[in-house]
Amino acid sequence: MRSWLGATLLAACLLTPAAQAATSPDEILADPVLEERARALSRQLRCLVCQNQSIDDSDAELARDLRQLVRERLLAGDSDAEIIAFLTARYGDFVLLKPPVKPATWGLWFGPLAALLIAGGGIVVFLRRRRPPESASGPLGPEPLSPEERARLEALIGGAPAPDRR
Amino acid sequence: MTMRRLLYLIPVIVFGAVGIGLAVGLTRDPGTLPSALLDRPVPAFELPALEGRDGLSSEDLKGRVSLVNVFASWCVPCRVEHPVLMRLAEEGVPIFGINYKDPPDQAKAWLAELGDPFEKIGADRNGRVGIEWGVYGVPETFVVDAEGRIRHRHVGPIQARDLERTLLPILAELRS
Repeated sequence: MRSWLGATLLAACLLTPAAQAATSPDEILADPVLEERARALSRQLRCLVCQNQSIDDSDAELARDLRQLVRERLLAGDSDAEIIAFLTARYGDFVLLKPPVKPATWGLWFGPLAALLIAGGGIVVFLRRRRPPESASGPLGPEPLSPEERARLEALIGGAPAPDRR
Repeated sequence: MTMRRLLYLIPVIVFGAVGIGLAVGLTRDPGTLPSALLDRPVPAFELPALEGRDGLSSEDLKGRVSLVNVFASWCVPCRVEHPVLMRLAEEGVPIFGINYKDPPDQAKAWLAELGDPFEKIGADRNGRVGIEWGVYGVPETFVVDAEGRIRHRHVGPIQARDLERTLLPILAELRS
């Protein structure tokens, strides 16, 4: 019984959203559709004061101002793209938590993939080259002695013919 | 063989380049953002005055190289940079103020106490003009050229070093 209760409590804690966003009740729009758009936009926009929080999460005063601005523009009938354009015109792409894909950010977006492909290709080439050449005695065996080596070996061990391992 | 040995150097070179790039990045202050408005005309705005003074509008910023300083009486770093602004004003640099989210009486008391380097001050009570300028903290200072374009933004208090190394050279260049 107790363990059941504990498990239920734990599940409730884990399933509840961790912290309510910083948006205060007086900011919320009456229209739930517009409010949902406002929240979605706010989650994409960086708070420039705290930098690693969205304006939806941040308690900074500027974040609050920007949340209100987003809602005012939504009420005025702006599209999401227009609001994003309005803010990037003033604060630059940095205001977007997700950087846009454009030539200046190609390195950011595709660099890791390029590094993976180049490194992966390098490893494949390296492993293929490391395989011993076909002329070797076996896939992993040593190369057989050349006639000169065999003669030298025979001389060293005193005339007895060297045992041939093959 | 030497060719192949040189090939093995490529990862070392790439690693070095990335390392140097990241090391340079570490020396930069992440709090200082470049202005999105650089080399663009100042945003159109019109701000009411603090009592008994002229207000400030974008039209005031045309015709001369000037500084626009965003300040507030509640802003502690503004106190640090204030003597620098006073010195610049004495040297004849036109300085305009945007008084950011500040009760007018407190702003006036602040200027009475520390001196008033501003030709004109616009009171931005709700911070909306600040957003137009891309301001994300006080103080911020913009250098505006004679055509009314933003040519430089300084984030944070102007210190003697910033003055000598960046602001004065930019002002001199824009005036010539």
